[in-house]
Amino acid sequence: MTSAGHQPGNQNARLAWLFALPALLGLLIFVLLPFVLSVILSFTNLRLGSPLPLEFMGFSQYQRIFTDQAFLAALRNNSLFALIVVPLQTGLALLLALLVNQPLRGMVLFRSLFFMPVVFPLSLVAVVWILVFAPGPQGLLNQVLETITLGTWQPRDFLHDPAWALPAISLTSIWQGVGFQMVILLAALQGIAHELYEAARVDGANRWQQFVCITLPQLRNAIIFVVLVTTILAFRLFDQVQIMTQGGPNNATTTVMYEAVNSAFGSQQVARAAAMTVVFFTIVLLITLLQRAVSRHERVIE
Amino acid sequence: MNGKQRIRMLSVYLVLTTLAFMFLVPVVMMLLGSFKPDDQVLVQAGRLGSLLPAEFSWFNYQDVFARVPFARYLFNSAFISFCIVAGGLLVNSLAAYAFARLQWPGRDWVLLVVVALMIIPLEAIAVPLFYEVTLLGWRDTYWVQIIPFIANAFSIYLFYSFFLSLPRELEEAARIDGAGPWRIFFRIVAPNAKPVFATVAILSFLTQWGALLWPLMVTHSEAVRPLPLGIATFYSLPPLQWGDIFAFGVMMVTPVLLIFVLFQRWFVQGVATTGVKG
Repeated sequence: MTSAGHQPGNQNARLAWLFALPALLGLLIFVLLPFVLSVILSFTNLRLGSPLPLEFMGFSQYQRIFTDQAFLAALRNNSLFALIVVPLQTGLALLLALLVNQPLRGMVLFRSLFFMPVVFPLSLVAVVWILVFAPGPQGLLNQVLETITLGTWQPRDFLHDPAWALPAISLTSIWQGVGFQMVILLAALQGIAHELYEAARVDGANRWQQFVCITLPQLRNAIIFVVLVTTILAFRLFDQVQIMTQGGPNNATTTVMYEAVNSAFGSQQVARAAAMTVVFFTIVLLITLLQRAVSRHERVIE
Repeated sequence: MNGKQRIRMLSVYLVLTTLAFMFLVPVVMMLLGSFKPDDQVLVQAGRLGSLLPAEFSWFNYQDVFARVPFARYLFNSAFISFCIVAGGLLVNSLAAYAFARLQWPGRDWVLLVVVALMIIPLEAIAVPLFYEVTLLGWRDTYWVQIIPFIANAFSIYLFYSFFLSLPRELEEAARIDGAGPWRIFFRIVAPNAKPVFATVAILSFLTQWGALLWPLMVTHSEAVRPLPLGIATFYSLPPLQWGDIFAFGVMMVTPVLLIFVLFQRWFVQGVATTGVKG
């Protein structure tokens, strides 16, 4: 104690570094370094096992991927997937949260039930839903649609139909992920002060008016957060595609990550794959900045 | 309760039950299908009325063990998830404590970088990370699936916010008694931070248990492959036998469902916390 007594500040600082070091080293080596590498590699011609010397290529990898039909289809598919999934999943999550938040018996059970698919690995969900979408009258969905439409539904092969494959994957993803969103919105709902509703009731507001004037504005930041997370997840889409369609039919379900993985270890084109992941990261960054801007805007108004 | 309220209540239950039914059908189909002979799974999948197997049989379950090293996949998944969760709890909570309570030069700048790293998803770095571990010669091992995922910026952030909210008095008292930072952390702070440990454990477990992309990239032998990759390869393994696949699925999800039922409150709280971040 006496020897350290001279410089307690120094010794504490060393100790603090010791606390933080393992995690910081991990982040440095396995997050920051690969991130910097992906930017650098995307400007080269790196290809594993290639005899060509490593060269600086400028933006040519980017030029190539942005003229590649499959990659453009992937960008389109990710956007379309986000356009389908984000509104549907957020809307459904909000509906579920509102229902489960009712002061009625058995709501905990329903909450658990809707949350349950979240603990299912996506790979398993994808495999199970292949059978839901099975072609012909044997498929569960085809059968249900046939029953509902009194036999007028023409059974189809959802996952091999360019028009239906992406919506089918969307449905699968919503089923697995909506419980997560529901729980976040439910927590936000329960955080709204009761006084607000009482005041509105005194003013004679009906339930719909209360929902529009109190619930929605109070949930605004939670909804923005849910929309952000779902949009980013939509651009990360990979597992379902890998298992259910392998990007097909005819690139109808390929995604940015699916293309990147195929380039990286299907054809060993590391540089090309790196360029794709940089594009992917830029999209994620833009979505995040947009969310920050929108949320801050709200705070200023308040 | 008046008539209007009763109608409202009934319609809430009606909507909830309908939705619950839609949520359950795929799960029930999997569970019942796992007890059916393979040739009947497809024939009957379409008929809601004939979801029930004509006769229950454990044959599919035996078949899974005969065709793939299921026990091995299960062990691998459990081992990998356990190491990441346990290692992550220790390493990330220590770092968060250094950010929240200890004084050191550069702290605020480093914290800023850590928070910025939160928005980098694995997908954005998977390719160079793959290249990195290839250079290290780590491919096809347990380590390659564990070490890169122990340190986690989001976990640090969750711990950090929680530690900031703890009253300082507890630690002050211990410090006056002559306890150093290690003892204060393990004896005072950690025992008072159980909720955040549970949250981080559950969130990182859910991510790791379901991981497919990374194991797919870096492993090729059955000895180290986890369950999600197991079911993906099992599905593509001819002959396509749905009964077996469902039996695999049931066995794969049962342990997690048990954990979920036991620690349900923590799961829900853990997920709800992620929303606070925005």
